[in-house]
Amino acid sequence: MKDLFRGELVRLTSEEPELRAKHEVRWQRDTEFHRLADSDPAELTSEKKLKEWFDKNAEGGFKPERHAFSIHALDDDKLIGFLVLWVNLIYGEVWVGIGIGERDYWGKGYGTDAMKLGVQFAFMELGVQRVSLGLHEYNARALKSYEKVGFKFEGRTRWDVLREGKRTDTLWMGVLRDEWLQMQQGEPQ
Amino acid sequence: MFDIATQLFEGQDIRFGPIDYEKDPEIESKWTHNAEFMRLYDFEPARPMSAAIVKKQYEKLEKKIEEDKNLYHFMIRAKTDDRLMGKAMIARIEWTNGNCSVRVGIGSAEDQRKGYGTQALKLLLRFAFAELNMFRVSANVAEYNEGAIALLKKIGFTEEVRRRQSLEREGRRWDLLVFGLLKDEWANQASA
Repeated sequence: MKDLFRGELVRLTSEEPELRAKHEVRWQRDTEFHRLADSDPAELTSEKKLKEWFDKNAEGGFKPERHAFSIHALDDDKLIGFLVLWVNLIYGEVWVGIGIGERDYWGKGYGTDAMKLGVQFAFMELGVQRVSLGLHEYNARALKSYEKVGFKFEGRTRWDVLREGKRTDTLWMGVLRDEWLQMQQGEPQ
Repeated sequence: MFDIATQLFEGQDIRFGPIDYEKDPEIESKWTHNAEFMRLYDFEPARPMSAAIVKKQYEKLEKKIEEDKNLYHFMIRAKTDDRLMGKAMIARIEWTNGNCSVRVGIGSAEDQRKGYGTQALKLLLRFAFAELNMFRVSANVAEYNEGAIALLKKIGFTEEVRRRQSLEREGRRWDLLVFGLLKDEWANQASA
């Protein structure tokens, strides 16, 4: 059987509240990172408060509706980002969100590798029918990465985000279970 | 349209009002026993609810409105006799981005297909654009909800996203459509 939590460049781990909070404080200061990953306004939170938040999530234990992972690079085992899956088992759908907070690891395939693990986890472990995500249209790197994983473009909500006084679209993508299974067998899409 | 004397909660045959904890639970309880209505109004699995449960849901909703501040909820009533006809909601408001999502449902069978839903949606859009100052409004609808799709198109919404096979009902999977309407499109439409 495949190792669900180990890819070619990264591995997925549980979230360690202390370590995670320490990194989050630093990542929050990087507003370019924030604006690539999120559509809410940027904010700064104390390490204490963040740790409490991650503690609370960890204590919640297994939740069928939310799976949060830390992403570690395999070469140096450094914590470089996060991956979160929101699960709707009734309709067999997972929403996925990812962020690589460590800029040195951008554009080198780490995020793509982590997303592959996330999608594999959704289809092979959670048994859902589809995985969905959204991204900002100005995040060209993310678009390329998601296409590599197998996500297909499904439309754009026009001008729904306002950044730096400019209106920008959110792009929406999805991958279906059958499409993903075919990809695993090396068949062209 | 931007005259402040314009009543935001008064339509032609309908008006928006708050929840009536005495009378509404009984009526809405009946709607929840109608699986067709539930499947058109909501993506949550249909579930019949007693009047007591409906009342609890109202309390939860009003608490959420107070705490989250990103939600508005109105009861749709007939102007003639004030009877409860349906519900209208603005949800998932992102204040900094100026976007939100809307939903309208006419619950009682005798009030359906008479244009009350259209009136309610128009009133709701005026509230979203002229009072909440939204820049755009979204509406999510299942591909099998032909009535809603026709209404959204008539009002000027554009189909923007087709989330393939997102829902499962009646043993098959269905697409979920996202429609969008921008403030300018609404203003042009309203003045035309």
